[in-house]
Amino acid sequence: MNYHWNWAVFFQSTPSGGATYLEWIWSGVQVTVALSLSAWLMALLLGSLVGVLRTTPNRWFAGIAAGYVEVFRNIPLLAQLFIWYFVLPELVPGGERFKQIHPVAQQFIAAMVCLGFFTSARVAEQVRAGVESLARGQKAAAVALGFTLPQTYRYVLLPMAYRIIVPPLTSEFLNIFKNSAVCSTIGLLELAAMGRQLVDYTAQPYESFIVITLLYVAINVVVMLLMRQVEKRAHIPGYIGSGK
Amino acid sequence: MYEFDWSSIPRSLPFLWQGLTVSFAITAVALVVGILWGTALALMRLSSVKPLSWFAAGYVNLFRSVPLVMVLLWFFLIVPQFLQNLFGLGRAADTRLISAMVGFALFEAAYYSEIIRAGIQSVSKGQLAAAAALGMTYGQSMRLVVLPQAFRNMVPLLLTQAIILFQDTSLVYVSALADFFGAAYKVGDRDGRIVELLLFAGAVYFVLCYGASYAVRRLQQRMTP
Repeated sequence: MNYHWNWAVFFQSTPSGGATYLEWIWSGVQVTVALSLSAWLMALLLGSLVGVLRTTPNRWFAGIAAGYVEVFRNIPLLAQLFIWYFVLPELVPGGERFKQIHPVAQQFIAAMVCLGFFTSARVAEQVRAGVESLARGQKAAAVALGFTLPQTYRYVLLPMAYRIIVPPLTSEFLNIFKNSAVCSTIGLLELAAMGRQLVDYTAQPYESFIVITLLYVAINVVVMLLMRQVEKRAHIPGYIGSGK
Repeated sequence: MYEFDWSSIPRSLPFLWQGLTVSFAITAVALVVGILWGTALALMRLSSVKPLSWFAAGYVNLFRSVPLVMVLLWFFLIVPQFLQNLFGLGRAADTRLISAMVGFALFEAAYYSEIIRAGIQSVSKGQLAAAAALGMTYGQSMRLVVLPQAFRNMVPLLLTQAIILFQDTSLVYVSALADFFGAAYKVGDRDGRIVELLLFAGAVYFVLCYGASYAVRRLQQRMTP
């Protein structure tokens, strides 16, 4: 094989204007991080709600929450993304208005909503596992003290459950960055999409993919180090190491 | 209001079925190779030979920190060139299916090896000691004593991972290979019926995966006494 390595390629300017390829990559990193963080926020809120509902004594709530989790866990992420992006705007009222906003905004919103719902089902399972792992006496004690059900969750169950499930939540948080690469398929110019674009424009596939892959590894490492600090602070004295 | 027209689905069932067999084929190959290579990686990781355990740790951590989409793009880029050089194939030869299988197998092996490592570590230490007392070598005690018990404990987790793998095969879309999802998208695109075909594909995946995960749960209940 005689492949011509050329690492200087990233400093060349792109055909579309003054920007260098390096700036393209950087904008890809920004989109990936912005997308993942906003989807993560959504997943945490929705997932907590659904996970709590699944553990409530109300059968209807628990059943609906269980159905929610099954739907989002048993359809491939790619299929979900295409349904959010291509199908729902056709079917729901207001879809016409969605199709009139800026294409990049459409892609970003569809990607965020998709990743948010997809991950929320997984967060919900972790929240449920966390609540169910608590000793039954905790809930009984709260009831004995005259707490209402919402109060029991707010002051007794959830503060413990969240601290127990930090390690599995960390891996879901890491997953959302990796899963965001799927959103390149609807044309969103995040990191993976920039990689493909670089291959097309520079004809230097190896350099491009190596840099993009290393950037994903770097994002992974940064998130892991950050979450390690969170884990340390959330650790419950008296519990053995990490929860999982 | 959108007017549904489902008529293009019955017409293209043979094509969709062909796509589904591609999805199953990739899943099956990646499952078998992934478990074999994953077992080897897990044994290396637990081995007392440091370079082996470093290699396995590096392999697993690298694959686990890179998105599957990136791994697939790598394999669609590299494997075809490699095969062309090896067998002197023409540039036109379609190596996408093999590339997908290799990519998935190597990627899944990293995830399987973590499940298998946990499974091996869940077997009590006394078992190894007993095997050693019976005069077994390390290889024998692993093969005859530890791994059979480990795999028994791991079956539900391995199957759940297989369901995830089946869902992930839809990502071969990035190479325009017609697996089930790709086939559905192509038909929808051709007939201007993308809404119906995507909903149909989602429903089929849901039925298959929900059925499979329900079966795994039943199996798990039967296994825990």
